[in-house]
Amino acid sequence: MSKFKKKKGGEMPAVNTASLPDIVFMLLFFFMVATVMRQNTLMIENKLPQADQIEKLDKKSLVMYIYAGKPSTNYKSQYGNEARIQLNDKFADVSDIAAFIAAERAAKREEEVPFLTTALKVDSDANMGLVTDIKQELRKVNALKINYTTRKGNALEGLKK
Amino acid sequence: MAKRAAPEVNAGSMADIAFLLLIFFLVTTTIETDSGLNRKLPPMEESDEDVIIKEKNIFQLEVNRKNQLFLKTGGEEKIIEIKDLRESAVTFLDNGGGTGDSACKYCQGKKNPRSSDNFDKAIISLQNDRATEYDTYIAVQNEIIAAYNELRNREFKRAFPTLDMNFVEAENAYGDARTTPATKAKLKEKLEQIKTLVPQKFSEAEPKSN
Repeated sequence: MSKFKKKKGGEMPAVNTASLPDIVFMLLFFFMVATVMRQNTLMIENKLPQADQIEKLDKKSLVMYIYAGKPSTNYKSQYGNEARIQLNDKFADVSDIAAFIAAERAAKREEEVPFLTTALKVDSDANMGLVTDIKQELRKVNALKINYTTRKGNALEGLKK
Repeated sequence: MAKRAAPEVNAGSMADIAFLLLIFFLVTTTIETDSGLNRKLPPMEESDEDVIIKEKNIFQLEVNRKNQLFLKTGGEEKIIEIKDLRESAVTFLDNGGGTGDSACKYCQGKKNPRSSDNFDKAIISLQNDRATEYDTYIAVQNEIIAAYNELRNREFKRAFPTLDMNFVEAENAYGDARTTPATKAKLKEKLEQIKTLVPQKFSEAEPKSN
């Protein structure tokens, strides 16, 4: 019954995990703040091309998004393999763009309408035919400010040979 | 009666809950790309009057269905690589072959009489095929913008050497929310001046249908 009993050798003390929740919360808050909830669920493949002479789109509320690309695997059987346009949450036709722009404009304040920009998020494999059709349609409704959304990178590297 | 001590809440599962939330946000996060090439489409109404442009002032690009780039300027026609496009575009814009009224004050080019007169007269035109791939088109657009930016940077530095920034940096500073309104007003004036000096005269022809 000695008071100074030798500690059992070899056993490591357990790591104190009391601060683990704090660390996890810190990460959680970071992601909560950095997250932008996607407005649209993409139903198409959308791998953007690369470019380096890019400018930022500053006012998010003044941007209308038009997506285009091949239907993703889930929708292939239904919508085929050809590149298509997606507006909001559904596939659309070129002729639907005018109505889409009108609806977007109606939702904004009148003084903001001239500053609206249309962001074209087009898959890099798409053909220019589709893009040209979209552009023609935008010209018809006088939505002339456009932005070809791209990733930052070397435009030449992204090209397939 | 003895006061009963409130039992302590077991916080052991707090980490689990936090992890669950963390994983949810990790999965749903998409880092949105919100930058790209800004362009302005031409208005729809057709002007009846035909503008007469000298052939030497046009830098005519055509991208065909096989993503090859054809260049027609100054009376010659050739296939060029996209990587050489920026250089040729700068050479064309900066040529300064004009004399008299259309002489170019700041051009530093070779003054080839068969190429463009001055910044203001030089036009880059692009035509693509409907089967051209989008990324080739973006690469071409990117190189054209790069050529203009190169010249604008040079002219901005020449015109405002005290500012210690180039055109692109100045434009970014102008768009930055942290810049004060007073600085913005000054920058805007300078940017406009350079934009008028080196205007982006870029035209897109309707694509060929096949």
